[in-house]
Amino acid sequence: MFGYYLDLAVRSLKRNKVLTALMVIAIAVGIGASMTTLTVMHLLSGDPLPSKSGVLFYPQVDADPTTDFSHKDPVDVMDYHSAVDLWAAHRADRQALIVDSQLKVRAPETSLPPLMEMMLSTTSDFFPMFDVPFQYGSSWQPQDDEKHARVAVISADLNDKLFGGANSVGRTLQLRDTDVRIVGVLKPWRPSPQFYMVAGGRFAHGQTADFYSKPEDVFTPFTSGLEINDGNFWQFTCWHMPDKPGHLQDAPCEWIRLWVELNGAAKVADYRRFVAGYAEQQKALGRITHAENTRLRSLMQWLDYNGVVPSDVRLQTWLAFAFLAICLFNTVGLLLAKFLRRSGEIGVRRALGASRAAVFAQCLVEAGMIGLLGGIGGWLLTLAGLWLVRRQPAVYADMAHLDVSMFLVTFALAIATSLLAGLLPALRACQLAPGLQLKTL
Amino acid sequence: MQIHPILAALRRHRLATLLIAMEVALACAVLCNACFMIANRIALMHVESGVDETSLATVQLTGYEDSHAVDLNARVLSGLRSIPGMQSVTVLNSIPFGARRGTAGITLDAAAQHFGGVVEFYVGGPGSLQALGVHVIAGRGPQADDFQAFTGLMPSDASVQITHSLAEHLWPGVDPLGKEFWLDKMHYRVVGVIDHLVRPDPPGWPENSKDWSIFVPAQPGKLLAGSYLLRADPRDVPRVLRDARAMIAKVAPDAVFDQEGSQTLSDLRATCFRQDRAMAGILVGVIVALLLVTALGIVGLASFWVQQRRRQIGIRRAIGATRGDILRYFQTENFLIVSFGIALGMVLAFALNVMLMKFYELPHLPLYYLPIGALVLWALGQLAVLGPALRAAAVPPVVATRSV
Repeated sequence: MFGYYLDLAVRSLKRNKVLTALMVIAIAVGIGASMTTLTVMHLLSGDPLPSKSGVLFYPQVDADPTTDFSHKDPVDVMDYHSAVDLWAAHRADRQALIVDSQLKVRAPETSLPPLMEMMLSTTSDFFPMFDVPFQYGSSWQPQDDEKHARVAVISADLNDKLFGGANSVGRTLQLRDTDVRIVGVLKPWRPSPQFYMVAGGRFAHGQTADFYSKPEDVFTPFTSGLEINDGNFWQFTCWHMPDKPGHLQDAPCEWIRLWVELNGAAKVADYRRFVAGYAEQQKALGRITHAENTRLRSLMQWLDYNGVVPSDVRLQTWLAFAFLAICLFNTVGLLLAKFLRRSGEIGVRRALGASRAAVFAQCLVEAGMIGLLGGIGGWLLTLAGLWLVRRQPAVYADMAHLDVSMFLVTFALAIATSLLAGLLPALRACQLAPGLQLKTL
Repeated sequence: MQIHPILAALRRHRLATLLIAMEVALACAVLCNACFMIANRIALMHVESGVDETSLATVQLTGYEDSHAVDLNARVLSGLRSIPGMQSVTVLNSIPFGARRGTAGITLDAAAQHFGGVVEFYVGGPGSLQALGVHVIAGRGPQADDFQAFTGLMPSDASVQITHSLAEHLWPGVDPLGKEFWLDKMHYRVVGVIDHLVRPDPPGWPENSKDWSIFVPAQPGKLLAGSYLLRADPRDVPRVLRDARAMIAKVAPDAVFDQEGSQTLSDLRATCFRQDRAMAGILVGVIVALLLVTALGIVGLASFWVQQRRRQIGIRRAIGATRGDILRYFQTENFLIVSFGIALGMVLAFALNVMLMKFYELPHLPLYYLPIGALVLWALGQLAVLGPALRAAAVPPVVATRSV
């Protein structure tokens, strides 16, 4: 029976090509617009590390002793002492200190001009904790962190730029005026967002596109990085002026991030108690005053708290769906016209014994067919739309591609939309009284 | 034209009428709000900077050692000043629409009890404020002995110029000249008021605080180096900037020339607002697509009705209706449906605006957008129905005598 309905649908669509084309275009344009924005939304609001996001946590301590600012939430990053103390306690399964800075990078063996690159100074757990993929070599060892070793891991991008993509492990890189040995080269790695650096979203007024920047190009041990680029570290914020700008180890400033991996609810509860206990102890020592103000958010909670999806992207998604709604109303109207125009034909089918359900099903098959055609058009328009997005000046533009799941969603949404549009007209069509229609023939 | 028969006919097609009206209503709501958002973005893009953008460019250098900064400043300043057509080269830490290096929170008392707001400190060497071309509207500009050496992140006690909007925010309705404020322990005194000096990053700030800037005169040195403001005749600016790049390679090979940061101010402004421009473009695209789809919907349904009523049209023509009568019938019918849609759409537009205000810090939708949106949709409806209505008017009276 389904095959017969399909045949009927094709015939009916062929009969009035203009009306069919209008409906297919309406669905295609609506689907194209909403799938383009939905794909961008999917890309920006997704889980950057699906396999591990549940076990990654972001501890916060409020070290600002002043009382003139709001202490509703601790500042987004930590001061050197709190961060390093929490890290050094090694109470989590894995823990990584993080700070970034800009510095001059050269490859002494090449004649390329010096580059200004972002350097991430972190501890060895960073790579296994965030599942960072390596192309050559590996991470440095925990003892390198202790020994302030002059080693570095570089990104695939920088390796291409400086060494033409060859295995550069063991070669020398000049960071500012310090020579470091390359121990690892990453595979192309582009988490969306660059989750480990996210902070300050609540001050961004929705302009959060920068959270989707590329990861840094140079990674060095935390201790080594602080020495190599001393004088060039900038604070997230300070509660008093630092004595030596750019050198913040003892400054009243917040500038270091700490991430921890905690496997299991018991460990999370333990760690929460540990952070609270640490804050209490520091309060007893007189270093901090807002000891109760500690947090331990999971990765996804932290991204949520920072409202990482830029407000413009959310606005575009709403717009696209409002547009899809208009296309939907349009299609309902046109389908109604189409089905009711065939009242005579439907009357004959009913008179010959077709049940209401059969007429209803036939109408829906026809609507679904339009949805399928609209889906193909919508898929092509989505590809075109994403091409336009990639030409936009946003930092996440290079990531806008249609993956398999969104490809399937395109067709699912197109057919669902057309079936929804067909529901009312089909209901109307199957309620026609056959006698009345036959009389007019 | 009698409206009664049209209403009677529409009552028989309640569902189709309602659908078109709903479509028009949604289109009206999205249209009004999208136009309003475009206007907002354009207003954002045209924020008053207060400086002579067309005459200015900047050179940004990085990668040099702090210990070389004084020497670098000397080499760069003398090198750049030797470029033909260059009117002035000065040192300025932050650049409007460019580098941002002086954002900090100030307090109105030494004990830091009264928070004033987060402002931008433009710290500049001699001549930089004049080079920007800002207007001092009260008090005085910086004098030679105002330019002091750095004692930390900035000179720790200085006579400064602040913008009018910041003065109004800190001391509403009071003469700001002679007032004092603090940045932690550093102390500043207002000696001049400038009409406008925009922050380096205006898109990130709420409307009333885009202009909260302070000019602190300072001697170039270790922490005031590498960021230069170039002034030239507007026609020379692009050429002067090109020459400056070549000059830097000659006089400061030890520094890294920041390609992205070293631009004319006009280009920096364009870059600064590219996201808003892209968004405005998307909104225009949405509006065009929206009107097109709505028009197609009206054409489709009107064509169907014309075909369905061929016999009735024929009868009317046979008993004396002119082609004009038939044409006007369909036009009036469309006008009524669209009007119903618009009435509904105004309410929807308002509801949508309230929602947007909640989530996107948008102001109230000005009421004059509603009649404009209504006019656009009425025109669109009439245009869309014209084709089918003309076809209806062309139906010959003889149709009445045929059985089908």
